[in-house]
Amino acid sequence: MIWTLNGLRAAGVTLAVMVGTPALAAECIAPADPGGGWDFTCREVGRLLAEEGLVEGNVQVTNMPGGVGAVAYANVAGKRADDGDVLVATSTVGITQIAQGKYPGGIDQMRWLAMLGADVGVIAVAKDSDMQSLDDLLAKLKEDPTSVVTSGSSGAGGWDHIRLLLLAQAAGVDAIDKIRWVQFDGGSPAVTQMMGGQVGVVSTDLGEIKGFVESGDIRILAVLADEPISAFPDLPTAKSQGYDVTGYNWRGFYTGGKVSDEDYAEWVDKLKTLYDSPEWHEAAKASGLEPVWRGGDEFAAYVAEQEQQMAEISRQIGVIQ
Amino acid sequence: MDILASLWDGFAVAALPINLALIVAGCFAGTLIGALPGLGPVNGVAILIPLTFAFGLNPTSSMILLSAVYYGCMYGGRISSILLNIPGDEPAIMTTLDGYPMARKGQAADALAISGVASFIGATLATLGLTLFAPLLANAAIYFGPADYFALYVMAFATIGGISGTDPRKTLLAALLGLMLGTVGLDPSTGVARYTFGSFNLYDGFDPIVALVGLFAISEILFFLEQKVQEGKLVPPGRVFPRLSRVKEGLGASLRGSVIGFVAGILPGAGASLGAVMAYSFEKRLSDKGTFGTGDPRGVAAPEAGNNAASGGALIPMLTLGVPGSGTTAVMLAMLISLNIQPGPLLFERSPDLVWGLVAALYLANFVLLILNLPLIGIFTRVLGLPAWGLMPLIVAISYLGVYAITHAAFDLMVMVGFGVLGFVLRKLDFSLVPVVLGLLLGMDMENNLRRALSISGGDFLVLFQSPIALAIYGVTIAFLGFSLWLSRRGSSAVQAGVGE
Repeated sequence: MIWTLNGLRAAGVTLAVMVGTPALAAECIAPADPGGGWDFTCREVGRLLAEEGLVEGNVQVTNMPGGVGAVAYANVAGKRADDGDVLVATSTVGITQIAQGKYPGGIDQMRWLAMLGADVGVIAVAKDSDMQSLDDLLAKLKEDPTSVVTSGSSGAGGWDHIRLLLLAQAAGVDAIDKIRWVQFDGGSPAVTQMMGGQVGVVSTDLGEIKGFVESGDIRILAVLADEPISAFPDLPTAKSQGYDVTGYNWRGFYTGGKVSDEDYAEWVDKLKTLYDSPEWHEAAKASGLEPVWRGGDEFAAYVAEQEQQMAEISRQIGVIQ
Repeated sequence: MDILASLWDGFAVAALPINLALIVAGCFAGTLIGALPGLGPVNGVAILIPLTFAFGLNPTSSMILLSAVYYGCMYGGRISSILLNIPGDEPAIMTTLDGYPMARKGQAADALAISGVASFIGATLATLGLTLFAPLLANAAIYFGPADYFALYVMAFATIGGISGTDPRKTLLAALLGLMLGTVGLDPSTGVARYTFGSFNLYDGFDPIVALVGLFAISEILFFLEQKVQEGKLVPPGRVFPRLSRVKEGLGASLRGSVIGFVAGILPGAGASLGAVMAYSFEKRLSDKGTFGTGDPRGVAAPEAGNNAASGGALIPMLTLGVPGSGTTAVMLAMLISLNIQPGPLLFERSPDLVWGLVAALYLANFVLLILNLPLIGIFTRVLGLPAWGLMPLIVAISYLGVYAITHAAFDLMVMVGFGVLGFVLRKLDFSLVPVVLGLLLGMDMENNLRRALSISGGDFLVLFQSPIALAIYGVTIAFLGFSLWLSRRGSSAVQAGVGE
């Protein structure tokens, strides 16, 4: 009897914690399970929005996992397209999915608010690798695209894969669809498999694998950012080595497609205020993000451009027809 | 000496009153969460993370609380496996095989005591392994490539045929069904949607825990409805207090299970479920005289020691490499990162307080869990004294709550009911449900590793046989199968001789 009573109680507590307290002004939908990047974006930004007094009360975080964000996308497009209180966390990964037709509808279904920060893509090799620079790697791939096994945390056609291919393209590798790509369940598993000699190169976000950079177990051939990043100023960018490729995995938000211009502008303003606060810069740095701002129309244009770029390269490697 | 000194410092951290309180609270909460069908360590830990932030706990205390919950869940998962034939979480599936038959024979208290002690042995040995060898073992785990993991899963599937007492052909068919169900969803290596029929809800495939709750809990309800039992009990409560002699029977199996589980835990691609499967099938081959599956104490001890040892082992790659070996450690990893602690090669140097405090807390948690669990046996067995008409609706309610709490999707409730109907039909046809869940659970990882190995080789299947580790695993598998074939030949004549007794 006690067991069952406690059972009920524990289940009740669970629901209370999961659902949060009712009647809140703003809601942030994290289209993933608790613990992931999108969940983190919602919780951190939600916390800071409340702390800075930019929203009334708290920001309720709702987890709506499914279809790498597709379930949340369908939900907002179908049921809450004009709800000006909803933020949905997304990132470059979401745009990749849209570009490959894996969401119900294109980017025009939503209004794109802003990005607040980005994880920076890196190209890494093991410390005992014979490849010393990006040139070494790209020269090898140019000579024989199958000579190096590349890997990362996304599947073929995912963002880790695509940004590596953008580099290869910039270096003039023709048969980019011949390059071998292995998917792992995250950046760290990919790196440890590389340290074990299973794969030659890892392309992924710096944030997750920075521990291996600090310990010297891996060598970063290139950082895919405009400028050297503040946490690791010594790491060379791809640009400084003559390849004009950036590979940000930005974190940002969209809202429903029928949200009014006032509500839209208000959110962009609030997010900009948040972005300018030292608290956000601190929180971003703590989680390995570079603070990067693009908001409002500028962000929408950026999303459109990125979507096109991804659709194009996805066609080239045969992920979409 | 170094380790001892560090560990001593660790105990100083763990013995702070706040941390001690967290250990006890975490163990208790974890045991309950683990015992509830549907709620397992992953959600237990995920649920408590907001609390650690709300209470403003420092990283060490947070990790201590979450690890206590994690260990507690692994202990708790067995309780409903034994009492109700409904696993509390995935790794506890194997415990149903002999635990529930024991309960049906009126030995629920014995089974709970055996599994409690086995859990203690498994978890303590794993913590000892973590203390002594963590960095060393992490380095060894690095050399396990996709082809080697694939070989490991081949070994697991090769032994599945013999795990449940019914017709091995039915067992294999059930495992195949699980494998097929496991292919639903986005293919991780290419992102292509498989068998989703245009539904985004199916993109992530079937969550094993949803399948598990449906197959076991919901089908149990359907069975109950069919029998139209108004009064009466599911199983006899039997003795309230366990007998020491029965507990002793499981000791050897616990030790063997611990070693197997620990190894599975260290390998990030394996995990607690695989640990429990391997521990059970090895123990069965080694000591089965036809009693496994009918309530053999060793069949309870081995998988419980295995899954608890695996959870301790899984902390090694999580802490030293930042690579989670299970869903739970993935959530803990995310929390560490959000506390600005970078797990990885430098963690032991940079945050010795955290690491050693955590290790010491794990030792304490084990003792707390043992002390907490043994007296509770009397209470748990009384659950069986509840009339079925009261217990069953409660199980339905908890199942629905649990599944909704994990996935936040009403769609998954329907999936759960669908699996319930499937489970009902399969049981009617005398199929064991355990291999279905194992097929689903292990099949996905097996396929992923096969795909990775083939991506590396550019499609050449020879890559599967080029690694010495993989070859060694295949060798063990073949030897194992040959050994059991030989045993069964001898066994069948022994059984015939035994009939005359």
